Amino acid sequence: MRIATEPAPSGVGEPIVQVSGLGKTYAGGFQALKNVSLSIRRGEIFALLGPNGAGKTTLISIICGIVNPSEGTVLADGHDIVRDYRAARAKIGLVPQELHTDAFESVWATLRFSRGLFGKPPDPAYLEKVLRELSLWEKKDNKIMSLSGGMKRRVLIAKALAHEPKILFLDEPTAGVDVELRHDMWQMVRRLRDDGVTIILTTHYIEEAEEMADRIGVIRRGELIVVEDKAVLMRKLGKKQLTLNLQNPLPRIPDDLAALPLELAGDGGILVYTFDAQSEETGIADLLRRLGEHGIAFKDLHSSESSLEDIFVGLLRSDANAAREPGA
Amino acid sequence: MNTHAIRAIYRFEMARTFRTITQSIASPVLSTSLYFVVFGAAIGSRMGAIDGVSYGAFIIPGLIMLSLLNESISNASFGIYLPKWSGTIYELLSAPVSYLEALIGYVGAAATKSVMLGVLILITARLFVPYHIEHPLWMLGFLLLTAVTFSLFGFIIGIWADDFQKLQVIPLMVVTPLTFLGGAFYSIGMLPPVWQKIALFNPVVYLISGFRWSFFGQSDVNVGISLAATLGFLALCLGIVWWIFRTGYKLKS
Repeated sequence: MRIATEPAPSGVGEPIVQVSGLGKTYAGGFQALKNVSLSIRRGEIFALLGPNGAGKTTLISIICGIVNPSEGTVLADGHDIVRDYRAARAKIGLVPQELHTDAFESVWATLRFSRGLFGKPPDPAYLEKVLRELSLWEKKDNKIMSLSGGMKRRVLIAKALAHEPKILFLDEPTAGVDVELRHDMWQMVRRLRDDGVTIILTTHYIEEAEEMADRIGVIRRGELIVVEDKAVLMRKLGKKQLTLNLQNPLPRIPDDLAALPLELAGDGGILVYTFDAQSEETGIADLLRRLGEHGIAFKDLHSSESSLEDIFVGLLRSDANAAREPGA
Repeated sequence: MNTHAIRAIYRFEMARTFRTITQSIASPVLSTSLYFVVFGAAIGSRMGAIDGVSYGAFIIPGLIMLSLLNESISNASFGIYLPKWSGTIYELLSAPVSYLEALIGYVGAAATKSVMLGVLILITARLFVPYHIEHPLWMLGFLLLTAVTFSLFGFIIGIWADDFQKLQVIPLMVVTPLTFLGGAFYSIGMLPPVWQKIALFNPVVYLISGFRWSFFGQSDVNVGISLAATLGFLALCLGIVWWIFRTGYKLKS
């Protein structure tokens, strides 16, 4: 399934990152990205989802200058990442997926290094603010190797923020961190967005994207298969289900009702009716009437809506099925 | 020019040196001092002068060069290999830093450490043997030129290496033997004629000879040839570094 590779950004933020026709083929011939086009809007939180090996990290690495693109262009705040790499990279901060740290350095020393590397003059007051916001100030003189995994993750975020970037890439920022720290990070990301930083995050935790993102992109086998506002995506592709707990289990769905999107579950004791959340006519009233006509009574009913995870899994499955179909 | 980045890399590298001062400064000074005790004070007193220079003084340029070559290579190769090994290279690659700026930061710090070490060994040598430096400015020039050239060479090794063994193999298996056979402890003129000719294929001969000339005003090889050989090797290293940066060899995919 493909929903517009890249719809033109509608309304709110102007594009701050513009990716056009980006492709990457590694030396061994593996094509990690195929003609990816994408606009990230200024001030938004954009979540890039995809299974392992889909091309998320390659895309981020190209935008940040770590990997060379095979084709296509990327503009960061209007600056070409190849021709005008100094101006482009100065706008970007990156928190990598792995905990790559200078183990023997102090937190303070590594932050000073990061700020200088990105061409900024020393500013101890700003670095102190960053460390305090990340609850790292008390650890500023500690060697990084003595910190916990969660603290190291914060150090990486502090390093990425040391040069006051306008665009922040978070590659799996909460991988391997506990629930409390994950929620702390979500708050921190929102604060950054409120300060005007554009956030692009990749994550395996769908609830993370559901909780934080303004827009969602789904990448699969190097192709961007969906880019959409989160709310629109959930409305468009989300489904609602009505679950009825029956008084008496049914051996099978009556032939008269077979045309309806009904499923039996729980050894025939549960009847599930799936309907389009978008549609004005849900068909629930008609269903209940027809169940009554068949003498099917129920003791309880409730409705539920698809989570982003359901949508994500559905998208990947339908895309995989489409790829398998001859001529697809 | 991103001078903040150059300064940041330089300071970061120098801080590592001072944090590991025992390993990076004290240890090479101590081991060189032992050479002076053994070959200068003990054995040297029983050996005749070479070209009018006492044996203890004669070996000073060679010993400084031995430390200078090894430390320049080791400092620079470790400086760039460590971020590659730990993964922190991502930050350098994603920063608004040109390759030249990165090179100045890393090679500048490595060469500074080597020159510091060379000067320390020179001062230490004074404790064991008296010596006079005939051309002090040329001595400093050779010291600096050699430190920069071999730091560049070390930088190339650091980029090329993908494990710690490769990092050590060239300094241990190539540079140290060439230095010992390059006249660190003797004059090439003391070798049989055939070996004298073979020795001229050893590039370290030219480095030690030129450096020794700055101390004593005499050398195995014409000082102009020594200078040209050193500059030639510098140009070769610069060429290789340019190619590495142009292609992203072992840095970028």
